[in-house]
Amino acid sequence: MALSLVPCGQFKTTYASDTTLFATPLSRNLVIAGVILLALVPLKIGGLAPVSDYVIALLIQIGYLGIAALGLNILVGFTGQISLGHSAFFGFGAFASAWLGNTFGIPVFFTIPLAGILTTAVGMIVGIPAARIKGLYLAIATLASQFILQDFFARAVWFTGGSSGSIAEPFSLFGLTLAGDRQYFYVVLAYVVIMYLFASNMLRTRDGRALVAVRDHYLSAEVIGINLTKYRILSFGISSFYAGVGGALFAHYLQYVSIEGFDILLSIQFLAMIIIGGLGSVMGSLLGTIFMVLLPEVMEALIGALQSTSWGNVPAVTDGLAYLKEAAIGLAIVLFLIFEPDGLAHRWRLIKVYWKLYPFSF
Amino acid sequence: MKLEFLMQLVVNGLILGTLYGVVAMCFTLIYKASQIVNFAQGEFLLIGAWVCWWILTSFPVPFYAGFLLTLAFMMVFGILLQVLVLRPMIGEPVIAVIMVTIGLSIFFQAMMKWLFGVFVQPFPPIFESSAVSVMGLNVQPIYLLSVAISICIMVAFALFFKYSRLGLAMRATAFDQQVAQSLGISVKQMFALSWAISAMVSALAGVVVGIVNGVSAALSFFGIKVFPAVILGGLDSIIGAVVGGLIIGLLENLAEYVDGQWLHLGNLYQVVPFYVLVVILMVRPYGLFGTAKIERV
Repeated sequence: MALSLVPCGQFKTTYASDTTLFATPLSRNLVIAGVILLALVPLKIGGLAPVSDYVIALLIQIGYLGIAALGLNILVGFTGQISLGHSAFFGFGAFASAWLGNTFGIPVFFTIPLAGILTTAVGMIVGIPAARIKGLYLAIATLASQFILQDFFARAVWFTGGSSGSIAEPFSLFGLTLAGDRQYFYVVLAYVVIMYLFASNMLRTRDGRALVAVRDHYLSAEVIGINLTKYRILSFGISSFYAGVGGALFAHYLQYVSIEGFDILLSIQFLAMIIIGGLGSVMGSLLGTIFMVLLPEVMEALIGALQSTSWGNVPAVTDGLAYLKEAAIGLAIVLFLIFEPDGLAHRWRLIKVYWKLYPFSF
Repeated sequence: MKLEFLMQLVVNGLILGTLYGVVAMCFTLIYKASQIVNFAQGEFLLIGAWVCWWILTSFPVPFYAGFLLTLAFMMVFGILLQVLVLRPMIGEPVIAVIMVTIGLSIFFQAMMKWLFGVFVQPFPPIFESSAVSVMGLNVQPIYLLSVAISICIMVAFALFFKYSRLGLAMRATAFDQQVAQSLGISVKQMFALSWAISAMVSALAGVVVGIVNGVSAALSFFGIKVFPAVILGGLDSIIGAVVGGLIIGLLENLAEYVDGQWLHLGNLYQVVPFYVLVVILMVRPYGLFGTAKIERV
């Protein structure tokens, strides 16, 4: 069927059509159009920039955080393992990329994937307890690894530069250094597209389906011949690869990595992204990241708007904005878990279903 | 001199350990009754200490009255939290419940910073704070009092669960919810009660720490430090929580001693409990006294 409409019901006759990435040519074309549109965003027309630097910075932030969030979603959403130490992997990737560039003179083009591979190794070591324990015990074990890795960042001066942090080289390609956010945006965009495509495709393979089987019922999975230990540790590895690449992109975006900031709060923010976006949904990771990046911005805008009204300008609100933003993160997690546990991805599906049959509701 | 220093650290470790033990006990109480891992335990200490501080500094009430008001507030707070937030989560997967308590912990931490600021606030003086000497070692009287209070709480817990009707009902609920229900025990009430007791006793610990060190956001770190203690003792064992707390408290101070004398790595005492935690989880996940669930993974 070359139609761009989805038939009302399940008429799939092959496995290939069941696992296809895009249900219709229209949805594929829309995604391609979306990427092209994003690629046009940083362009300047006749010296004028239609999109401000600030928006570009936000988009880059969504990009690298989105990659790391997708990694966490593969671990939590698809394999059903809980990790409270994702930000430590994110930080490790950032330091690894800077370290490889500074110590061995490797071009940044290669340090980013190499940092991902190094982080994979660390993630698999941290994931070893996962071979024995699961559920809340695993959550506590990863919490411990978060603190241990954070402590390592503070101690390993040769690796992280200690309390003074380390400098990361700007991204360069064939001797051409990318200057500014507008050019770096393309690097992040390319990585987002590659990583998201890779994840979507990986989940269609035998290994990807094995991960989902481990999540859904680990005993049945073992009975049908899935090596639990292998897939649990593999899942940690893939997840930390994503975190490492995200962290490396972050390092070369700021061009400076400090040992602060890769704390438990960031780990929780990553978890919040995938819960708000939707556990076990690739696109949900991106939706959740967008939500979490925009939430503080929206709050700031709201309070800015309040200040111009007559009853705005309460000092308690304007001075405590940083804490209110933090509180909003916690509140968002709690409210989403109570009222929309399947996240934004589920909401998006409901909207699509509603409009598919509009104006006839059946 | 060295030996004296070591003894001082051991005494400090025991005092700190009893406090960890009390908080760990509260944590275990909630876990046993409602199978919820409460990542917001440290925030109970924080809220309790701040509320008590606020009552004492804003109103001319004696310490005991302010303290009782704090306990009453924490009881209502614990019940409300259970009813409004945790009750809808019954039957949800483990990760959802864990995330709700983590969300709560961030929310309360931020709200406390917003309401009371980030600076350490000293408690109004309650006791003469000159150190008393116990066997040649300097100990703050409040520490001695805190140890006494902690031991009282532990004994009270033991008596409560062994002899009182409510305590028996709670133990029945922890053992098997369906059977408890069929015996006419209101499981909902037991859940709410366990949260209320946990919040009250945690607040007590929070006030004790607050009197010694001043009240600040650092109090909520107790909630994280409690994990090594409860895992070491076994998640569902109240005796284990006390023993685990004592061991972790001692271990922290001994690590500081070893670090200060020989290793000179600095800040070792902060990470040692987490290394221990990982080792216990690898070797004996159900801890010293916990129920071993036989399960091949």
